[in-house]
Amino acid sequence: MNSHLRSWIRSLGTLVILIEFTFGSAYAATQSPQKKVSTSTADHSKFEVLQQEFSTAPDVTKACLTCHTEASKQIHKTTHWNWKITHPETGQVLGKKRVVNSFCGSITTNYARCTSCHIGYGWKDDSFDFSSEENVDCLVCHDTTDTYKKFPTAAGHPTYVDKPFPKKSKKIWKAPDLTKVAQAVGKPRRENCGVCHFYGGGGDGVKHGDLDSSMTNPPRTLDVHMGVDGLNFVCTECHSTDGHDLKGSHYTSVGKDKHGIDIPGRDDQSRASCESCHGDKPHEETVNNKINDHTNKVACQTCHIPTYAKGGVPSKTWWDWSTAGRMDDDGKHLKIKDENGYVTYVTKKGTFEWGENLVPEYAWLSDEIRYQELEERLDPNSIVPINTFKGDYNDPDARIWPFKIMRGKQPYDKGNNTLVISHLFGKDREAYWKSFNWNRSIKAAMDAAGADYSGDYGFIETTMHWPLSHMVASKEEALGCDECHSRNGRLAELSGFYMPGRDKSDLLDIIGWLAVLGTLGGVSLHGFGRVLFSRKRRNG
Amino acid sequence: MMSNEMIYTRFERIWHWVLAILILPLLLTGFEIHGDYTILGFEQAVDTHILFAWALMGLLVFVIFWHMTTGEWKQYIPSSKNNLMAMLRYYAVDIFLGGGHPFHMTRTSKLNPLQRLAYLSLHVVITPVTWVSGLLYLFYTSWGDWGLEGLSLTVVAMVHMAAAFAMLAFLIVHLYLAITTSEKPFGYVKAMISGYEKKE
Repeated sequence: MNSHLRSWIRSLGTLVILIEFTFGSAYAATQSPQKKVSTSTADHSKFEVLQQEFSTAPDVTKACLTCHTEASKQIHKTTHWNWKITHPETGQVLGKKRVVNSFCGSITTNYARCTSCHIGYGWKDDSFDFSSEENVDCLVCHDTTDTYKKFPTAAGHPTYVDKPFPKKSKKIWKAPDLTKVAQAVGKPRRENCGVCHFYGGGGDGVKHGDLDSSMTNPPRTLDVHMGVDGLNFVCTECHSTDGHDLKGSHYTSVGKDKHGIDIPGRDDQSRASCESCHGDKPHEETVNNKINDHTNKVACQTCHIPTYAKGGVPSKTWWDWSTAGRMDDDGKHLKIKDENGYVTYVTKKGTFEWGENLVPEYAWLSDEIRYQELEERLDPNSIVPINTFKGDYNDPDARIWPFKIMRGKQPYDKGNNTLVISHLFGKDREAYWKSFNWNRSIKAAMDAAGADYSGDYGFIETTMHWPLSHMVASKEEALGCDECHSRNGRLAELSGFYMPGRDKSDLLDIIGWLAVLGTLGGVSLHGFGRVLFSRKRRNG
Repeated sequence: MMSNEMIYTRFERIWHWVLAILILPLLLTGFEIHGDYTILGFEQAVDTHILFAWALMGLLVFVIFWHMTTGEWKQYIPSSKNNLMAMLRYYAVDIFLGGGHPFHMTRTSKLNPLQRLAYLSLHVVITPVTWVSGLLYLFYTSWGDWGLEGLSLTVVAMVHMAAAFAMLAFLIVHLYLAITTSEKPFGYVKAMISGYEKKE
C-alpha cells in the first residue's frame, strides 16, 4: 500500500515536470531570445520633440540634440566619426581615412559608397564638415526597429523615398519611417553594430573572419559570451563606452592587458579585453598551473578561438584585383560562383577565395601596429605586408595571437615601388567601375590624395593581418595542448623560443640516443659473451 | 652451508621499489613531452610527469634524511682503487671465464666498489641536475622574480633532457646487472624483494 502510494506520487511528479518542460520551453521559444525589458528612465515615444514628421535624418539628430546636448560633441572625438586615429606608440596616423587596405581600396574619391557605413551624414567628398553636430547619425547605433538602414551609395544617409537597389533591379530599398524610428531609440544591439561591422569590405563576412551576420543571434557554440542561449552579451558589454568613445579598436590593439580585472577606480576603464573580466590567471589550478602560466606569452584568443568563420558564413581569404575587368562575349559583367555558391569572380572586383571553419594563423602581437603607407617604398620581389606588429618572445608586451590573414593581389606603382589607391566608384570616366581603366583610376585617386604616381602600375601580392577576438569557444571546445605542443603543430612557424613537444636539439637527441643504444648494445654484447663462454666452459 | 643474511632493510626495499615505480613513468612521460611519441597526450603527460616528479622529490627527501641519520650514506664512499680494478677485471674478464665474484656483500658493506661509484654519481650528479633543471623548467615564469632573467629555457630543457638520457642509460646497465649477474637469474631482484641474500 505504502509503496503503491509512493510510486503514484513519483509518476505524478514526473508528469508535472514533463508538462512544465513541454509548455515551459514552448513558451520560452516564442520569446525573442534577446528582448530584454527596457530599464531606461526615458520613453522616447512620449517626447514632444519627436512627435513630428522628419523629412531628413539630420533633422532627427537636431531633435536628439535638444536633450542630449553633448552627444555630437562626444562623437566628434571618436574614431567612429573621424575614421582617423593617431597611434599612441608609433605616432602613425591610422584609421579608415588613412590606411591602405587590401579590400575595396581607399575611401579617397570613393566617399559616397564607402561612407555609407560612416556614422554621419553627407561625407561625399573631401570637404566634409567634421564639426557639424547635426550630421552625426544617432539612429544607426540606436535604432531598435530594424527598419533604419543607410542607403549603400548615399554617403551615410538613409533613402527618403523607396527606391530600387541595386539600380534597375526589382529589389526595393524602403525608406524608413523616421518618426517611428526616432521614438523607438534604445541602447545599441548586436544588429546596430553588425550593420557595418558584419559587412565590412563589401559583404557578409568579407573582412573580419570572426564577425559576420551569424553573430546577430549566435548560439553559445558560436560565441560563448554572445550566445543567446547563454550569456547573451551585446557588443557594448565588452566594447564599453565612455562619452560615446568605444574601447577595443584594432588600431590600438592591446597585445597584453596588464591592468587585469577592471573595476571602478582602476586606471583602465576598458572592458574590451578578456583580462578585464577574467583576470590574467583565469584557469583553475590543477596538478599543473601551466595554462595560467601561458597568459604571459599566449593571448586568451589563441586557445579559445580554435577556428573562425564558423557560423555558416564564409570569410573572404583571397582577393585578386589583377583579374578584374573581364566581361563575357556580349560585353556583360561576369559573376561566377563555385559549387558552394560562393562568388569566386566578379568583373568589378576580380577573383575571390572563401573559407569556413578556418584555422587561424599565429603571430606575436604587441601594442605596436604599423601600416604600409602610400609614400612608403615596398619590395617588388616579395609579398607586401600591409600591416605588421612589433613583438617577439622576448617582448614583455607581446603575446601570440590568432589572426585571419587576408591575402590577395592589388595594384601598386611599378615606377615608385609604392602601394596605390584607386578611384573605383562614381559616374565619371576616371572611375574604374565605369571605364575599367586602372591607369586612369589610380591616377585620379593618387592625385586626389596628393600622392606621387609614376604612371606605371602592376599588381603585387599583399597580406593583411586581422587579429581575432570573437567567436570565442568555451573551455570544452578550446584548443588542447597537443595542438601547439607537437612537432608540426599550429605554432610550428613561430621561432625564437623553445617550446616543449615542438622543439628539440637534434645534436643532443642524437648523442642521447646513441648513448642509450650504445649502453643497450654494450650490455647485450656483454650478456651474449657470457652465454657463449659459459657454454664453452660447460662443453669444454 | 647456505645461510640467509638480511642485506636490505625494509625501508631500503620500500624506497627502492617506489623509486622504480616513479622513475619509469617519469621517463616515459618525459620523452612524450619531448615530442617523441604520443601515449597519454601532452596535457596528461605533463600532469603525470609533474605529479610523479613531486612524489619522487618527496621520497628522496625522506631517503636523504634516512641515509644521514642512519649513517648509511657511508656505503657510497668510494673504496680503494685496487678493489675497483678488481671489480672491473671481474666484469671484463672473469665473468666470462667463470671466475668468482671478488666482492662479498654484507649488511654493512652491501655495495661493491663499482656500485659505490655508480650510485654516488647518480646521487651527486644525475639526480641533482634533474631536480634543479626540472624545477627551473616547471617554474620558468618565476625566473624574473628569482633574478634569473638571463636563463634560457632552451638550455634548461637541454640539461633536463641530457639528465634523462643519462638516467635511461644508467637504468639499462642497472637492470642488466641486477637481473643477470647473480648466481641464478633474478637473484638480486629477489633479494631486493625479500631483503635476504643467500650466503655460502
